[in-house]
Amino acid sequence: MPNPETKPPLLQRVLDNPWLLLVLGVVIPLLSYTVWGWIEISLVPPATLP
Amino acid sequence: MSSTLTVPIPASPEPAAPAASRKCDTTGLNVCLGAERFIQFNAVAAVVFLLVGGIAAILLALTRWQAVHLLPVDWFYRVLTLHGVNMLLFWILFFEVAVLYFTCTVPLNARLFSRKIAWASFAQMLIGALMVNGIILKGQADVLLTSYLPLVAHPAFYLGIILVATGTLTAVYNFFATLYVARRDRTFEGSMPLVTFGATAAAIIAVVTLLHGAIVMIPTFSYAMGWTAQPDPMWYRMIWWGLGHQSQQVNVCAMVSVWYLIGQLTTGAKPVNETVCRTAFLLYILFINLASAHHLLVDPAVGSAWKIWNTSYAMYLAVLASMIHGFTVPASVELAMREKGHAKGLFGWVTHLPWKNPAFSGALLSLLIFGFIGGITGVTLGTQQINIIAHNTLRITGHFHATVVGGTSLAFMALTYYVIPLIFRRDFIWRSAARAQPWMFGIGILFVSLGMSFAGSLGVPRRIYDIDHSGAFGAAAHLMLGVMGIGALLAVTGLFLFVILCVGTLLFGERNHGRAMADWGVAQALPGSREGSLAEDHWAVKGTIALTAVFLACFAVYYFANWKALADVWPVR
Repeated sequence: MPNPETKPPLLQRVLDNPWLLLVLGVVIPLLSYTVWGWIEISLVPPATLP
Repeated sequence: MSSTLTVPIPASPEPAAPAASRKCDTTGLNVCLGAERFIQFNAVAAVVFLLVGGIAAILLALTRWQAVHLLPVDWFYRVLTLHGVNMLLFWILFFEVAVLYFTCTVPLNARLFSRKIAWASFAQMLIGALMVNGIILKGQADVLLTSYLPLVAHPAFYLGIILVATGTLTAVYNFFATLYVARRDRTFEGSMPLVTFGATAAAIIAVVTLLHGAIVMIPTFSYAMGWTAQPDPMWYRMIWWGLGHQSQQVNVCAMVSVWYLIGQLTTGAKPVNETVCRTAFLLYILFINLASAHHLLVDPAVGSAWKIWNTSYAMYLAVLASMIHGFTVPASVELAMREKGHAKGLFGWVTHLPWKNPAFSGALLSLLIFGFIGGITGVTLGTQQINIIAHNTLRITGHFHATVVGGTSLAFMALTYYVIPLIFRRDFIWRSAARAQPWMFGIGILFVSLGMSFAGSLGVPRRIYDIDHSGAFGAAAHLMLGVMGIGALLAVTGLFLFVILCVGTLLFGERNHGRAMADWGVAQALPGSREGSLAEDHWAVKGTIALTAVFLACFAVYYFANWKALADVWPVR
């Protein structure tokens, strides 16, 4: 019979926590794609008109 | 890694609340009546918008087929806009909301959190979609799905898309609230079932997708109203693709969940390893949204480091996830078939699969088209160097017709062959036609995708009304556009047949109240076979391993052929 005191493995605890997954799933693409890209675009100097 | 997760099997759960649910006469599961109603509403709306998008599709195909060239130029761009929003947004989003409501209630033995919120979601989405379609047909939004600035549509176009996005986000909130209440009330034990976990991944991706939609559409709506200055076009492109591409990643998660579900319903397949399958979904959650950068590979305002990091989905970890699912779904089916006694040779089990079941054939075709065509072309075209010879050609369109149409739409059609009998409780009419429908649609879209891809390889651009004005394209390009056109005729015939079957069944299908749904045919076990008999046999899925080797060989050939094509147009001396 399994010991009720035994914690599930770390990966299972991560997979069983939809709120943690929600935070990670929002933060990682926002940082990697959106914030980084926004910074790059904001650093482009405005084009001068001919 | 061995399986460590415990999956609940709700064999005979207690009803969630008296009169709030019914017991399914086929599966024995409790069906929340509130969720059932909104699954029905969203599924019906989805099929209506699919029909609108399908009518637009055949008009477009018969125009891009240069020998036919059906539409006048203004109507080409109008219908192209109509096709994009109905197929990539409305059909998919409404159906996904139906999938979310199903997966957070029935497999968890739970009640939908709020009917009022579900009404608010549905009303927003429906009003928004009708606004968008109305303004497009009035000719005041010929800006295509992407609506790149400085093109400007009527404000109702942007407001409609905002409403669809907020409505979907409202449904996603209802999904998460239902999960929370189900866990709090312990309506299930252990980890949530895999299909619900996949839907959770889809919902998480939907949150970040819809956030991008709000960020980009609200200032653009304000600009169209004349209230604020024009947003920067490059900024618009980047944020818009956070909506446009990521919404397709919601599809991927939902589609993969459907594959697992149909595998279980039709062959009794169970995931070969729960932990591996869930970890693959985790990789989707973390990395698949970065792929939006594919659309900006030739944009000058973002640097190579940003492009390469993001278009490699953070070093291809999300691609790894797709390949894991592409292995585990057929492997689980093969294992189930061998355990049923169909163990002859490498592929003897294949002949005993339930091919006459349209849900099974649709899901299998979806998996093959998505993996072999959509997946291989996607990773190749998303490589920064190769993208330079493919960007804005029909190759891109060929790729996403394999992923979104051959993959997602076909998987959703396949699921419908169970949704209508189980949720609407009517058996399908014209069952022989239903058995043929996935094949018509799948083979048709395969020709569409290949015709587009080869025409694009010859340089034919996407989103262009007329390619003959330049005289640059010869007989080969026109032949490939003809292949696309013939494929579209077949695929749209399959789509219309699907709509006729759905509508006809809802109107005239025999009710199955009080009895099990009419059986489409499932895999049969031979006498003496035993479930679980091959659980420890690591070579039991040798047929799938062989198929995987074929897939990887195709991948390598296509990938390196494209590097050769790049070297041919861009010689390094």
